[in-house]
Amino acid sequence: MAALVFSCVAIAEEGRLQKECASCHNLTGPVAQTLKDAWARKGPDMFYAGNKYRQEWLVSWLQKPQRIRPAGMYYGDHIKPGPSGDVIDAATLADHVALSKDEAVAIAAELMKNKPHDDLIAREKIEPGTITKQMGEMNFDKFWGCMACHLIEPEYGGFSGPELYTAAKRLQPEFIASFIRNPQAWEPKTWMPNKEVPEGVLQKFVHYFEVLSKESDHAQ
Amino acid sequence: MLNKLLFVVLLACNVQAYATTTEAPAHAREAAADNYKAYCMQCHGTQGNGKGVNIRDMSATPRDHTDAKSMSVRSDETLFKVIKEGGSSISKSILMPPWEGTFSDEEIRDLVQHLRVLCKCQFGS
Ligand code: HEC
Ligand code: HEC
Ligand code: HEC
Repeated sequence: MAALVFSCVAIAEEGRLQKECASCHNLTGPVAQTLKDAWARKGPDMFYAGNKYRQEWLVSWLQKPQRIRPAGMYYGDHIKPGPSGDVIDAATLADHVALSKDEAVAIAAELMKNKPHDDLIAREKIEPGTITKQMGEMNFDKFWGCMACHLIEPEYGGFSGPELYTAAKRLQPEFIASFIRNPQAWEPKTWMPNKEVPEGVLQKFVHYFEVLSKESDHAQ
Repeated sequence: MLNKLLFVVLLACNVQAYATTTEAPAHAREAAADNYKAYCMQCHGTQGNGKGVNIRDMSATPRDHTDAKSMSVRSDETLFKVIKEGGSSISKSILMPPWEGTFSDEEIRDLVQHLRVLCKCQFGS
């Protein structure tokens, strides 16, 4: 009986995802293989959500969504020319639908089942470790130029990629390493370049994002 | 009969040749413009003048691709190299990323030609 009730809830959540989320999120794959398809995306891909997100983060974000991509999915749709260059056109960015706690818990559990990329995740071994914020920043800004596209605090960095000051709370560490190692393996048409980051530096980025996330906790 | 067949085959070949010499470049030009819009515009700007949405905190300014003066001192080979391998390959800023993991050599050659359209210039002119 309990099993029956449980599976009915699961079916209900699946229906809800299809009805209310599939219009903007790709829940089933395949991934966008052409620029046209990549430009048409109205929200991030969710068909590999179980390989990417931390479940507890999904539950809390879905109840109180905060902006992650300062210039939206494709920055080109959300910028306008200004006197000293292109600027974000905030009026074109919409707020995300928020769910109740029960809905968020159920939908997060449903999303976490989407795991087509266990193979990519299994290749990553994250060693425990730490790094000073200064050294992390040096790597991120000066040596690897990641700050061009990513914010590492609300007031510093670039805008075309997702902010990374909450990355460690949002993302599984193996996903972070795997995506930086080869962004095209996840999203063939992504506007993030493969910078050929070596293993040791990948580890340092993961540790750096942990430091940043702890700091953004204190700030709140 | 054989003659007729040969004629049809030749005609088909002609159409084929026509398609590759005139339509393919147009298609390539369009694809290069799209690639520029998706990948380069975030830093080099909607106008290609180096004033993209990302530049606020960057320590080096992206090249103004509409500036014939600075673009004409670069050969097509150098432009190809800097797009494929990134700024550091020609002793320029690492903020200019390598795009080898994103594009084929063919697509990079088409991007070089797109830059020539933007600057309305050639190497040495
Ligand atoms: C109108 C389009 C739209 C609908 C409908 C929509 N989303 Fe989203 N969703 C987005 C966009 C755009 C983002 C990126 C937000 C950002 O970057 O700040 C997003 C982000 C998310 C994220 C955060 C993950 C990430 O990497 O940004 C989750 C989780 C999510 N959506 C789940 C859902 C669920 C579950 C539903 C259905 C209840 C839903 N969304 C409905 C457009 C939509
Ligand atoms: C030219 C812009 C650009 C540069 C440079 C860049 N990124 Fe990205 N990055 C992006 C974009 C755009 C995404 C979103 C990818 C997608 O889902 O298609 C992204 C995604 C990510 C993600 C996953 C975040 C998420 O929530 O999905 C991480 C982690 C990341 N980048 C780290 C880095 C690191 C580390 C560097 C430097 C080695 C770097 N990036 C350089 C544009 C960039
Ligand atoms: C993350 C930001 C960023 C992106 C994205 C980017 N560039 Fe650049 N680019 C730069 C910066 C910064 C410079 C200036 C480097 C310097 O002067 O040290 C530059 C310089 C250049 C130069 C001039 C090199 C020289 O000195 O002759 C060319 C050509 C160029 N970029 C082409 C491209 C193309 C093509 C794309 C898209 C495929 C692209 N860039 C994407 C940041 C970027």
